[in-house]
Amino acid sequence: MKAYVTSLRAIVAREALRFIHQRERFIAALVRPLVWLLVFAAGFRAALGLSIIPPYQTYITYETYIVPGLCGMILLFNGMQSSLSLVYDREMGSMKLLLTSPLPRGWLLFCKLVGSAAISILQVYAFLAIAAAFGITMPGWGYVAVLPALLVAGLMLGALGLVLSSLIKQLENFAGVMNFVIFPMFFLSSALYPLWKMAESSKLLHDICAVNPFTHAVELIRFALYGQFNGPALGWTCLAAAIFTGAALMGYDPARTRIGRKV
Amino acid sequence: MTGLRASGLSFAYGAKQALDDVSFDVEAGRFSALLGPNGAGKSTLFGLLTRLFVAPGGTIEIAGHDLARAPRAALAQLGVVFQQSTLDLDLTVRQNLRYSAALHGLWGRKLAARIDAALDQLEMRERAGEKVRTLNGGHRRRTELARALLHDPSVLLLDEPTVGLDAAARAAITDHAHRLAEAGKTILWATHLTDEVQPGDDLIILHRARVLASGTACDIAGDMSLQERFLSMTSTATSTVTSTVTGASA
Repeated sequence: MKAYVTSLRAIVAREALRFIHQRERFIAALVRPLVWLLVFAAGFRAALGLSIIPPYQTYITYETYIVPGLCGMILLFNGMQSSLSLVYDREMGSMKLLLTSPLPRGWLLFCKLVGSAAISILQVYAFLAIAAAFGITMPGWGYVAVLPALLVAGLMLGALGLVLSSLIKQLENFAGVMNFVIFPMFFLSSALYPLWKMAESSKLLHDICAVNPFTHAVELIRFALYGQFNGPALGWTCLAAAIFTGAALMGYDPARTRIGRKV
Repeated sequence: MTGLRASGLSFAYGAKQALDDVSFDVEAGRFSALLGPNGAGKSTLFGLLTRLFVAPGGTIEIAGHDLARAPRAALAQLGVVFQQSTLDLDLTVRQNLRYSAALHGLWGRKLAARIDAALDQLEMRERAGEKVRTLNGGHRRRTELARALLHDPSVLLLDEPTVGLDAAARAAITDHAHRLAEAGKTILWATHLTDEVQPGDDLIILHRARVLASGTACDIAGDMSLQERFLSMTSTATSTVTSTVTGASA
């Protein structure tokens, strides 16, 4: 058991050290959602009228609405960043060190996921602190209640990153992930606009948004930020996390390592 | 006792056969060189021996543990230096060693003592606090060797560990690996350079995905230098040629 805890601690610490060494990554991770919050939201506020929908008890500003979506955005981009670093590790060879450990490969990948999620959560709290400094605040209890929601959502998106890293052959192919995974996942969700608003424009787009696991991750975070529990969102997010984790384990199974790709 | 045994290993990258029915034994406590030109299949073989991928057929035994049936026990007995550096350049030498040790479940005061001992062995103690990025190629290789020995494995795999090193650094690493074999470690040393193989070493020649010869280096060389013998074998060999030196002490 000690071996498992030791490896978890070491992998999380390495992820943290790597993050600390990449200050630009931290700044970029914060600037992106802050631009959305402080620039785009100001413009969209006039264009979008929001009715009172749960978990909100009153009319809210657009900035308040998109905060949970932007928390999700940080988790999404960080999950993909983690995936990118896994592809880099594989290309540079350091992935081999991890994969030749005598500990079960599934556990080692889980440790990677936890490390990635922990870094993401730190970034989300930094973002929430800056948002609060600009007057966009949540109920006090919500800042605590959101922690498990962020963890579940972070693990789900990190697992998606793991799946992608097992599929991507070369670092150069990663640009495609931006176009075909990150952007569709983000824009086809409830991060920037409520689903009923999407339904007014297109039923099909609404249905796609409704099955997008990122939508459920955002709703889980949204409700948790207001101290409320969203069971269906938790269920869908956990289900997606389980599917992505299973696919990642298959992707990194040595017996299934695709012919033609060197680890 | 067999330190390392491979039997009937085949592997293909799509239509390209990288290994074709490869079998060999490395006795415990022996230095065995795996000699082959570039593209012979050495790195693919290392991928299979380290379970980075799994061959569709054949078996691998590491210190008596079947890699397919008991991968954890087998990998626990294995130390590896890959051809491509696997060090984290932004971490110090000691941090790199600690990280690797943690992946083997090692921790605490005992670990600190082991790290110091491994670094002392390779004369790297004074560089323990330096970032790997600042080290030269020779010191990086020594760090990787120290790291591979941390968990006291009985079998050590080194995949062309002297690539890119100057003559002095190459000699130092090669000599150290021979001393490790004398101390009881089983060493499989992949190389394409015949001057890294000593006459008394066991030798496996891999060419075009197949084992061309196995035995002691001096028996395989016969009345030629090993370099001449190796060149004559690999320039004339066809994929169907397989010979085993009889009476070898391997």
